[in-house]
Amino acid sequence: MRARTLILAACVLLLLAVPPLATVFNQPYYIDLLRRVLIFGIAAVSLNLILGYGGLVSFGHAAYLGVGAYSVGILAFYGIHNGWLQWAVAIVASALVALLIGAISVRTRGIYFIMITLAFTQMLYYLGVSVEEFGGDDGMRLKVKSQFSGLVDLGDPVTYYYVVLALLLACMYLVHRLVNSRFGRVIRAAKSNEARTRAIGFSPYPYQLVAFVIAGAMCGLAGALLANHTAYITPAFMDWTRSGEIMFMVILGGMGSIPGPALGAFALLIVEDQLAGWTQHWQVIFGPLLVLSVLFFKRGLAGLLPGGGKDG
Amino acid sequence: MAESILAVQALRKSFGALAATDGVDLDLREGETHAIIGPNGAGKTTLIGQLAGNLRPDSGSIRFAGEDITHLSAPQRARRGFARSFQITSIYRDFTALDNVALAVQAHAGHSFRFWRAAREERALRDPARVVLEEVGLGARADVLAANLAHGEQRQLEVAMALATRPRLLLLDEPVAGMGLEESERMVQFLSGLKGRQTIILVEHDMDAVFTLADRISVLVYGRIIASGAPEEVRANAEVRRAYLGEEA
Ligand SMILES: Nc1ncnc2c1ncn2[C@@H]1O[C@H](COP(=O)(O)OP(=O)(O)OP(=O)(O)O)[C@@H](O)[C@H]1O
Ligand SMILES: [Mg+2]
Repeated sequence: MRARTLILAACVLLLLAVPPLATVFNQPYYIDLLRRVLIFGIAAVSLNLILGYGGLVSFGHAAYLGVGAYSVGILAFYGIHNGWLQWAVAIVASALVALLIGAISVRTRGIYFIMITLAFTQMLYYLGVSVEEFGGDDGMRLKVKSQFSGLVDLGDPVTYYYVVLALLLACMYLVHRLVNSRFGRVIRAAKSNEARTRAIGFSPYPYQLVAFVIAGAMCGLAGALLANHTAYITPAFMDWTRSGEIMFMVILGGMGSIPGPALGAFALLIVEDQLAGWTQHWQVIFGPLLVLSVLFFKRGLAGLLPGGGKDG
Repeated sequence: MAESILAVQALRKSFGALAATDGVDLDLREGETHAIIGPNGAGKTTLIGQLAGNLRPDSGSIRFAGEDITHLSAPQRARRGFARSFQITSIYRDFTALDNVALAVQAHAGHSFRFWRAAREERALRDPARVVLEEVGLGARADVLAANLAHGEQRQLEVAMALATRPRLLLLDEPVAGMGLEESERMVQFLSGLKGRQTIILVEHDMDAVFTLADRISVLVYGRIIASGAPEEVRANAEVRRAYLGEEA
């Protein structure tokens, strides 16, 4: 347990050191790349709450990425650049969409749940494609980044990097508290053995639904961050392959572990980036690599850490 | 005679053409241990499932403590005082023994929309759980992962979880099945210690256990109760001997 804490602390220190190192070596690209990793880390951490701890295989998590991003984009389109408001709207709108999707899907199990979550996300995707006012298929530019009363300037890549890092750590801490609380124990119990959970007197549905909404809201925040990161918002944020990627980050990193999803986001996006720089046909190598990693690391990357792959 | 706590009337449940529960009536007095015996496939587990709320009966009614609970779900019944063990052990294999029981305590400690405080540090959950674990003889195994417990210990754990909910009615589906002689004796001894203060429906094939524990016995064959009464009466019943105890009359 001590060794694990030390390794994770070292990871955080390394992440803190990325901007100064990138500046010293004149490689600003890496600030950008790592910031993307951290944003997807938040998305993966949020999915892990319901997938890794709750056993809800949502195959539509990119929906909230899209809702969060479009919340920022649409408000900016109408001249509202206040970041507090934009991000609050992103979180609340994602929570509401998750409440709607969850209310219908969480009662179902197995393949039905997967298909319903996927279907709703496809609907949102086509909604994004069809609304011409916001760029339709091509998406829309975010001309002005979210403004935070002059407190932080997201236009500064380093500042923005630290904002995202702080939010990722906050989300990980939040999930850590949640999964160890009474609430968290109910959703984990329902994942472990639903019949037993009902037999001792829990109705899992309301707890699972609340977990689903929290995960959606958290991913909506990641969407708001992504919009500011790319300064461009397109329906592709909600593509089903994007949902698959986020899910893969969780599985690769380690389901039901606190640092796992962030490790998964790191591994997936860095390897993708390296391969893409190396050959055009990187996906041919990438696919089998993913399959192998799943077969090889049963508990995910977090399982390689001392202390094993589970937290809580 | 004490007032009946559970009253089952004309309960029926079919799977296709098979009448697994075929007009069952059952009355349970507060504090009694009522055994249900019968050959394999007689419908014992199906009956328990309908009592616990996992299976919906096709018709008939179930009253519990004066309330019609026929249409209540399993969790709703659990909150009114039902607790059960399953024929095939049903526990949280990836939780420790103590966490298993603490969850059962938590299920009866108000709502669980509490998001911040670590449940494992709540003495209100841990302490009662530990007491029940001690009672069933698993005190020393509290921190062992349930998956790593021996089969007999897992059965004990399941009973501990049921008891931790402070049930008014305990439904046990073959609690000593698959246990060694010694384990099984310990379980029977433990259950006999509950006698009088705990109302129990006991489904069991082990006749030693049944005749040690039961105040009354009902014999279920092809979904029907063919005999019901005190152990001596049932033992003497010729039809029972033919149908179930496997003797020539
Ligand atoms: N879900 C189901 N679908 C179809 N048939 C079922 C189902 N559950 C039980 N049965 C059938 O109903 C009958 C009663 O089964 P049940 O499990 O209740 O018997 P039992 O008395 O508990 O037997 P055992 O002593 O072997 O545990 C059996 O013939 C069984 O095959
Ligand atoms: Mg049975």
